[in-house]
Amino acid sequence: MARSQVISPQTMQAVRNSGAVAQSEYLLEVKDVRKEFPGVVALDNVELRLRRGTVHALMGENGAGKSTLMKILAGIYTPDSGIFRLRGQEIRLKNPLDALENGIAMIHQELNLMAPMTVSENIWIGREPSGRFGLIDHAEMNRRTEALFERLGIEIDPEIRVGKLSVANRQMVEIAKAVSFDSDVLIMDEPTSALTDKEVSHLFRIIRSLKADGKGIIYITHKMNELFEIADEVSVFRDGKYIATHNSVDVTRDDIIRMMVGREITQMFPKEAATIGDIVLSVRDLTLNGIFKDVSFDLRAGEVLGFAGLVGSGRSNVAETIFGVTPANAGTIELFGKQVVVSSPSVAMRHGMAFLTEDRKETGCFLLLDIQENAQMAVLQQRYVRFGFVQQEKLRKEADEMANRLRVRTPDMAEPIINLSGGNQQKVLICRWLMTNPRILILDEPTRGIDVGAKAEIHRLISQLAGQGVAIIMISSEMPEVLGMSDRVVVLHEGRVTGILDRAEADQVKIMELASR
Amino acid sequence: MSEATNELGNTSKTGLKKVRRIPPELSILLVLIGIALIFEVMGWYVVGDSFLANKQRLSIIVLQVAVTGIIAVGVTQVIITGGVDLSSGSMVGFIAMVVASFAQTSLNARAVFLQPEYAQFGLSWFIDSSPLWPILVGILLGAFLGYLNGLVIAKTGIPPFIATLGMMVSARGLAKWYTEGQPVALLNENFTWLGQSFNLWGFPVPRTVIVFFIVAIICHVALSYTRYGKFTYAIGANPQAARVSGIDIGKHLIKVYAVAGLLSGLAGVMLAARAQSGQPNMGISFELDAIAAAVIGGASLTGGVGRITGTVIGTIILGVVTSGFTFLKVGAYYQEIVKGAIIVAAVVIDVYRQRKKSRA
Repeated sequence: MARSQVISPQTMQAVRNSGAVAQSEYLLEVKDVRKEFPGVVALDNVELRLRRGTVHALMGENGAGKSTLMKILAGIYTPDSGIFRLRGQEIRLKNPLDALENGIAMIHQELNLMAPMTVSENIWIGREPSGRFGLIDHAEMNRRTEALFERLGIEIDPEIRVGKLSVANRQMVEIAKAVSFDSDVLIMDEPTSALTDKEVSHLFRIIRSLKADGKGIIYITHKMNELFEIADEVSVFRDGKYIATHNSVDVTRDDIIRMMVGREITQMFPKEAATIGDIVLSVRDLTLNGIFKDVSFDLRAGEVLGFAGLVGSGRSNVAETIFGVTPANAGTIELFGKQVVVSSPSVAMRHGMAFLTEDRKETGCFLLLDIQENAQMAVLQQRYVRFGFVQQEKLRKEADEMANRLRVRTPDMAEPIINLSGGNQQKVLICRWLMTNPRILILDEPTRGIDVGAKAEIHRLISQLAGQGVAIIMISSEMPEVLGMSDRVVVLHEGRVTGILDRAEADQVKIMELASR
Repeated sequence: MSEATNELGNTSKTGLKKVRRIPPELSILLVLIGIALIFEVMGWYVVGDSFLANKQRLSIIVLQVAVTGIIAVGVTQVIITGGVDLSSGSMVGFIAMVVASFAQTSLNARAVFLQPEYAQFGLSWFIDSSPLWPILVGILLGAFLGYLNGLVIAKTGIPPFIATLGMMVSARGLAKWYTEGQPVALLNENFTWLGQSFNLWGFPVPRTVIVFFIVAIICHVALSYTRYGKFTYAIGANPQAARVSGIDIGKHLIKVYAVAGLLSGLAGVMLAARAQSGQPNMGISFELDAIAAAVIGGASLTGGVGRITGTVIGTIILGVVTSGFTFLKVGAYYQEIVKGAIIVAAVVIDVYRQRKKSRA
């Protein structure tokens, strides 16, 4: 850190631009990168070339090696071999600080800000401007933050505590921090996964202005439409191998999917017709003070009921209340014709409900435990326990069968779940709930952040379950998923149901109208 | 890391090479053996005697930590839930006092229950009575105080550190209040029998050690093979996910703290039997030794990780270190100084090892 204070960012930039350093066609050029983890080749001689002033999208299924390569570029992992050229000069990155000083900054998928500290303090931590007596000059620090924000078109109070900011605003702070290092290469790992459409367009504005400044941006995403909107070039990885790089205007969505999975995926959302049965869940005037009000709907056996709405519309909160995570303040819940006070998740489970939560890491996985333990945790409430003792053999068999059915990719159920990719973790969590034989299944963003292949598998499974008479509530931010999978769609806006659409009448425009009026 | 290890194959039946897992206790066991061997070598070198080839010493090594060990088995379970129990040492002190008063003989004219303020409730009936009463009272009182710990933590949501700190201070106060600071002595021989040793193939085996091992085995089985154990790990690993999985966290925490309290009670019983008395300053800083044993044994204070086998080995390490230094005639003050360093070093080694594993 000391070194970057001696040479100011401006000087470094001037040196870079002066041509004293050999200019090359590429800002960053990476070749023959290899990285092995015990038992697996994560990267098998991959390459990547980033031009100045462009956004380079990096796509691939979970486990393709994208994040591993990015962590190498950010100095978090050391590669086994490989050539790295930054501005034409060969470099070796030993640690994250090294990467930052070389002008490579990564904006992590999991944000790395300190919630109790202010925005300014977060951005300039370790580089605080000092005033008299070597004390920190807060006024100067805030001025710098303001200047930075103005350049980026961000409107956030520099003195507010980060903990009070929305996820989107924290993301902006992270980006500003990365820019404050005057980095030439910015790595963004799924930056929009928690942002609303409005926030995404703001982010894209910032990205465009960074492009205009001549920065190179590596952009990891799973979302096709973003790719075509923001990226200039796209590289595809598969199973740790480099597949190809194209200009994004030269390829179609299907081309990319084909490159990513190495096979054709004909139908992404294969909801098959299922016989719709009796009402199993009837919600009337459900209210959670300050979050949502007077929510009413019915759910029938064999039906997939989509929940649409913008982030913050209360979709997930309604699901949490129905499952007893946050019991309601008013309103009634009727299950299979009987009114039930769902005061806790265990009550909900006793009535045949299951709830796959939105946030795999926070409320889903037990990251310290193995796959088997993760899969069996819910069913232990109901079965496979005799005199307090767990019938481990039976459980192992059932979990194994379920894992095979969902195609969880692992050599061993005793593997820690943290070693699985997001998609496979999600499948294990679905295993957890299917083992309880639910009659009502609530899925909150069941395919968020998982790759195309796994997504199709999960869609097929939802369809299959509905066919068996399971009633399903599916919350999703992805419009095609909602439209493709749902028999009916409940649309929420600011904590109220603004409409319930039948499959036949539901389309993107109608939903957006109801969701944003 | 997560990106890296998933594409191992297509299904779990692909016959892929399974990674052989070394039980985490093995490294702790190696540390124990290493420390013992160092003392053995130093023993020959410094005092010209064998450290290990001495029946008396081997039984003392475990005896002096058996009481701490019983507590450590309880606190390990609390630590696995992500909590901590600071009250065990004071509870041992208070319970030893109460237990001793239930085990006094009529030979002692100043026996607690012969004093009018207790005798008026008919408590003098317990003088010269069966040793089952003090044992039962000790265990139940411990379970009750632990239950209170759990209740406060579950109902108010205050950090376990604070709740059990409060209990630690209060229980010590109770221990002193009970007899106004006087020791409770002259106990029933049927009761103190519990604290004696018996002879097994020429080895003097203290009964306290047997109790310690039985408790450890029961709790090991409970943690590994029962729903109680699965839920304990789940709550420590991710409380929110545990709640969504239908686990009643409050109810379960109360159980775990009650179990820890029960074991503190049992430790108080064993200590009173062995010391043939109850003294208000018994058990001071036992809670810290117990936590140290658990942590040396691999339990993580952030929750979700820990095993009874590790804790037992951790407890024995503490015993070996104490006996070893005494054997080498190192002064008591130096012993404490070095003991602190060893606790930190053991955990540092473990953290380093874990980090290396996850970076590999």
